[in-house]
Amino acid sequence: MQRNRLRESKPARAKPSSRESRRGASDGRARFLDKLRSYFQNHSQLLFRTFHRLAAEPVQTLMTSLVVAIALGLPAALYVGIVNMQQLGSRVETTAQLTVFLNKEATEVAVEQLRESLLSESDITAVDYISREQALVEFQALSGFGDVLEMLDENPLPPVLIVQPVDRFQGDLLASEDLVTRLKVLALVDDVRLDMKWMQRLQGMLEVGERLAFSLGVALALGILLIIGNTIRLAIESRRDEIVVVKLVGGTNAYVRRPFLYTGIWYGALGGLLAWFLVAVGLQWIDGPVERLAELYQSVFELQGMGFSGLLALVIIGAVLGLIGAWLAVARHLAGIEPK
Amino acid sequence: MIQFDKVSKRYSTGQEALSGLSLELAAGEMTFLTGHSGAGKSTLLKLIMLMERPTHGQLLVNGKNLNRLHSSQVPYYRRNIGVVFQNHQLLFDRSAFDNVALPLLVSGYQPREVGRRVRAALDKVGLLDKEKQNPITLSGGEQQRLGIARAVVHKPRILLADEPTGNLDPQLSAEIMDLFRQFCELGVTVLIATHDVDLISRMGLRLLRLEGGKLIHDGVPEYAA
Repeated sequence: MQRNRLRESKPARAKPSSRESRRGASDGRARFLDKLRSYFQNHSQLLFRTFHRLAAEPVQTLMTSLVVAIALGLPAALYVGIVNMQQLGSRVETTAQLTVFLNKEATEVAVEQLRESLLSESDITAVDYISREQALVEFQALSGFGDVLEMLDENPLPPVLIVQPVDRFQGDLLASEDLVTRLKVLALVDDVRLDMKWMQRLQGMLEVGERLAFSLGVALALGILLIIGNTIRLAIESRRDEIVVVKLVGGTNAYVRRPFLYTGIWYGALGGLLAWFLVAVGLQWIDGPVERLAELYQSVFELQGMGFSGLLALVIIGAVLGLIGAWLAVARHLAGIEPK
Repeated sequence: MIQFDKVSKRYSTGQEALSGLSLELAAGEMTFLTGHSGAGKSTLLKLIMLMERPTHGQLLVNGKNLNRLHSSQVPYYRRNIGVVFQNHQLLFDRSAFDNVALPLLVSGYQPREVGRRVRAALDKVGLLDKEKQNPITLSGGEQQRLGIARAVVHKPRILLADEPTGNLDPQLSAEIMDLFRQFCELGVTVLIATHDVDLISRMGLRLLRLEGGKLIHDGVPEYAA
C-alpha cells in the first residue's frame, strides 16, 4: 500500500526527456523496499538463470557434474557398504551369547541348580537349558548327519546352557571374557564358547573402513573444490567483458560474484544427484549376487540403499562444496578484473 | 559539480599523465575536452570514474572528496555517472534492451520500472523499435546511440563520453552531439573528450585543451561561430 502510494506520488519519472528529470536525476536510486524485494528477486532469478545457462551447455555441464558425482559417489558407496555390514553385524550382535557345554554326567537337578544360580548373577539376563536329548533331536533335524548319529551307541552330545549376557556386554570383549573364565571354573562346566570374537573383528574392520571412507571423502572433497573452482575460473574468464561493463555501471562485487556462486552450487548439487544415481545403479547391480550369497548362508539379507535422506545429504554436501569452490575461484580471479 | 585541485597522476610505469591539474565544471554545464593522444584526456575521465586514483591532489565530485571514498563505495558512486565509450562496450550476448537495462539491474530496480525506463531511454535515442535486436546487428551510429541510452537510463548527474563520435561521419556525429546537448539541458553535467575540433567549434561551448598533462586552454574557442 505505502509503496504504491510512493510510486504514484512520483509519476513523472518515466522519461529522461520530461522536464521533471532535472529533479529525477538526483534520484538515481531505487527505493529501499523495492531494493530489498529486488534483492530477493535477483537471487531467485539467478537460481533459474544460472541453471538455464548450464542447460544451454549440456556437455560441459554433464562432464563437470559427472566428475563431481564420481568424487562424491566413491565415499558414498563405501559408506553404504559399511552401513550394510553394520546391519549384518548388529543382527549377529543381538544373538551374541555364550554356549556352555556341561559335563555329560551332570544330573538334571544339578543342572537346574546351576541354571538358577547363574540366573541370579547380575550380568546374565537369560539361561536356556538344552538337554542331551533335545540337542540330539535338533542336531538330527538341522545338520543332515542324523544317520551318522544313529550308528553311534550313545548320544555323544553334552547338555548345554545358552547364557545370554546383559546388553552392556555387547561389543565389550574384556567383560565377556571375564564371564567366560568365571563360567569355566565351575565344576559342571566342560567348556565355554564365546561366539563374539569374529564379531569384534568385523566391528574393528568396519571402524577402519569408516575412517577410510571419511579420509577418502575429505581428499575427494578437496578434489571437488579444485574441479568446481577451475570450472568457475574458466566461466569468469569467458565473461570478462560483461564483468567489466557491470563494474562500470556500478555493479557491486557481490552482484558480480553472485551468478558464479550459484553456478558453483548447481554443479555441486547436480553432482550430488548424479552420485546418488550412480550408487543406486551400483547397488542394483550387486543386489542379485548378494541375495544369492545370503541364500547360500541360509540367511535373508536385504541390501540397504541410500534412501531419500542419502539423496538429500549428497545434494547438500555437493552444493556446499560447489559454493565453497566457486567462492575460492571468485575470490582469486574476480578482483583482477577491473575496467581499464 | 566536478572540481580538480592540483591533481597529478603518475602511472607505475613512471609516465606522468596529469600534472597539477586544476579545473572546475559547474552542474549542468557541457564541456569539451581535447588534446593530442597521450595528453591526459582518458586519464582525466578515468579519475572521475574512479578507475584510477590521483597520485597527488584532490578531486571533488558533487562535494565529495574522492580520495576519501572507500573502494567498497565505488560501485554506488559510479551509479551517479553515465559513461559513453568510443568502442561502445556493448555486450553482444544479449538484446539491445538487456544492454540498456544493465545499470538499472545492478542498482536493484523493479522489473516494471526497468522496462519503463529502458524504453524511455531507447525512445530518446530513437531505437525503440530495435529493443529486441542484438547490438551486433546495429549500425555503428546505432550502437553508439545504444551506448548513450545505457549511459543515461539511470538518470546520472554526470555524463562522460570518451571519443563518442570517433568512428562516425559528420552527420551522425552532429546527431550524437545534439543528444548530449539535450541531456545537458535537463541538468546533467556533460564532459566529452573528443578530437573532433570542427564539431566543437560549431557548438560554441566551453573547451578544455590538455597538453602533456597540463591544461593549456580553458574557454569558448575564439573561432566559435
